[in-house]
Amino acid sequence: MREEKTEMSEDEDRTVDLGGATSGGGGGVFHETSSNKTMSCPLPCPDQVLENVLENVLLFLTSRRDRNSVSLVCKSWYRTEAQTRSELFIGNCYAVSPARAIERFQKVRSLVLKGKPRFADFSLVPINWGAHFSPWVTAMSSANPLLEKVYLKRMSVTDEDLDLLANSFPGFKELVIVCCDGFSTSGLAAVASKCRQLRVLDLIDDDVMDDELDWISCFPETGTCLESLIFDCVDWPVSFEALERLVATSPSLRRLKLNRHVSLGQLHRLMVRAPQLTHLGTGSFSLLEQPAQEGQDANLSQVFAKCKSLISLSGFSEIVPDYLPTIHPVCAKLTSLNLSYASINAEQLKSVICHCHRLQTFWVLDSVCDEGLQAVAATCKELLELRVFPMDAREDGEGFVSEVGLLAISQGCRKLRSILYFCQQMTNAAVVAMSKNCPDLVVFRLCIMGRHRPDHVTKEPMDEGFGAIVMNCKKLTRLAISGLLTDMAFNYIGKYGKLVRTLSVAFAGNTDMALRYVLEGCPKLQKLEIRDSPFGDSALLSGLHHYYNMRFLWMSSCKLSLQGCKEVARRMPHLVVEVIRDVEGASEDAVEKLYMYRSLEGFRRDKPEFVTIL
Amino acid sequence: MAKQGLELEITELRLGLPGDNCHSSRDKNEIKKRVFSEISVDDDQNSSSSSGGDRRKNQNNNNNNNKTQVVGWPPVCSYRKKNNAAEAETTKLYVKVSMDGAPFLRKIDLKTHKGYSDLAVGFEELFRSYGIGGMWKDSESSEYIPIYEDKDGDWMLVGDVPWEMFTESCKRLRIMKRSDAKGFGILQSKPYSNGEKQNDLKI
Repeated sequence: MREEKTEMSEDEDRTVDLGGATSGGGGGVFHETSSNKTMSCPLPCPDQVLENVLENVLLFLTSRRDRNSVSLVCKSWYRTEAQTRSELFIGNCYAVSPARAIERFQKVRSLVLKGKPRFADFSLVPINWGAHFSPWVTAMSSANPLLEKVYLKRMSVTDEDLDLLANSFPGFKELVIVCCDGFSTSGLAAVASKCRQLRVLDLIDDDVMDDELDWISCFPETGTCLESLIFDCVDWPVSFEALERLVATSPSLRRLKLNRHVSLGQLHRLMVRAPQLTHLGTGSFSLLEQPAQEGQDANLSQVFAKCKSLISLSGFSEIVPDYLPTIHPVCAKLTSLNLSYASINAEQLKSVICHCHRLQTFWVLDSVCDEGLQAVAATCKELLELRVFPMDAREDGEGFVSEVGLLAISQGCRKLRSILYFCQQMTNAAVVAMSKNCPDLVVFRLCIMGRHRPDHVTKEPMDEGFGAIVMNCKKLTRLAISGLLTDMAFNYIGKYGKLVRTLSVAFAGNTDMALRYVLEGCPKLQKLEIRDSPFGDSALLSGLHHYYNMRFLWMSSCKLSLQGCKEVARRMPHLVVEVIRDVEGASEDAVEKLYMYRSLEGFRRDKPEFVTIL
Repeated sequence: MAKQGLELEITELRLGLPGDNCHSSRDKNEIKKRVFSEISVDDDQNSSSSSGGDRRKNQNNNNNNNKTQVVGWPPVCSYRKKNNAAEAETTKLYVKVSMDGAPFLRKIDLKTHKGYSDLAVGFEELFRSYGIGGMWKDSESSEYIPIYEDKDGDWMLVGDVPWEMFTESCKRLRIMKRSDAKGFGILQSKPYSNGEKQNDLKI
């Protein structure tokens, strides 16, 4: 399910993308190039029967990694695979051009496109950097009218793009837009009014501008086949009558996530219309418009009780914690609960969490404190994913959770697979305990918000804790480290982190050796993002053997020089080496931000002024 | 109000610091540049590392213990930060922004911006495809100038008054083509008639 894909860690994605490169070497990239040359000379197919059989078999093959392997067998298999691939996954929109992708895969029904590096979420990538959807939608619109699904992450999307999309694909069914910007409610209106087969419209964490257009009322009045409508990030009011009518005339609707302009009273009415919902994101969970009528709480609770299929709850903006208990009737069935926009304390959490025995995914604010996490640990034995976000996102802010909460979770939630934990202080002991108690961990992201902060009890670096994680969690594929860390931590990662694909580093390490350990030791490394760490040219050059196997490398505020980056560019012709200069008056030779990625296309023509491609 | 310091030429729209009785012979370019460079210096003092892409600066912490805030740290995505800030202070200050040549109107929340250079980044973001970058840095050569309508209905050049005063008095914003501005006498010492201007500006 799309929604689960975005809620779970990004590392759920497979690693190999269109470049075709596998960890065995850079062969995939070069194969792609040579095969394309062959494709342009049509050859008679020697064995039509075999190809037909293959075609039918390949229809069952959905994993793109498997498909990439199939395409390497021989030219005939390559062709057949290309003709039967229905989902095209492009992990880096600049790794390949739309034309080339479409030429190879002509019958694609679903397109997944990812653009900007993840550090763009933290304002490290200047606006106008790129990742435009336009060339893709333009190329697709003329070449492939059968397109039904588009999934975009960190792309720049315009209203014109959305309009073109709405006009070009008559059978269009699913649009999922995550962490994108550049479009407004006008674009949404175009999609709503023109995509008559639309089943899914999911807008997640986007920055949507207001064009003063009530896009909800642009859906056809006679009804829709919508199954999923997620718009909590579209922070502009919509007409409630239009929304209510939409919900009432969309009998297939299962997932609905409202924005905070929908009041609790309005939510009540919508839920009455749609008791079949499985995923609900409330709007504002605050005071009802009329003065509290007697039994109104009870009414809301009853309405929740009538939603017998509800398994996922989120939203709760502007929460008045007194209303939280109205969700009691659904707690026992919930598998996913997102309270990360609700500042509630431990007591308030306890009253609901004690019923949530089946919870698998839980996102929460650290306002619930260690005590709240202890309550989670006591009840949620099936927990697979936990995210604890900071209410006060400042380095020197107040910390509400600590190693106590982490330890409790590790003891209570043994099946844990994914954790993201923000805190102000931590100990190695707690992290080591988690590594032993939760051996199934696939994703471990610990963010100690104070830079260079050691174990607050022993005053030692956090090396041993993270070392234990890579050592004991044998399935680990994604890791984010923080706190005071020496080269030793990286030594551990290089030595034990054999399955690590994504690594995030900030304010860590002492010398170039640290980066070398990782580049030399982690064969599966795909995505490496580093900031404010003392790694220089020699470390950068130690990874040349591996960069073609990676999706990207990001390094900012490290110790790189132009010379070193030029050297990399010189020796690796299929690597695009971008130097981003958005700070005025910086020295010509220092490289403040480096972003490099493999690509079949060479340097991109849409690069802005502040980007230099070496 | 915003007019103190302009004295006799109280309704005249000039490019220059308030209270600066510049003679027509003086180099107006010089004055303009000083205004904008002063703005950027002020903001630099507020953030430890300037970054063109920093749309949502970390909230400045007065109890900083001398540790400067760093861009993008802790790594909480801007969407979430915006929400937390919104929860904290739900008062918003939306004003409409129009741009000559752009077919749409946008809204901008002045409360989410900390100063003029932050606002400039906001403008760039809103109208990026129309290429107004450089409007602030090098105002001489830029095709556009930003003006705003204040409480009294007068159109003023953005940047003349202190930021807080601006947010209190600004009713709407417009990014106007420099060529149009010349026609309206903004660069000359003419008395400024509001009624006339409203029609000419075609809002």
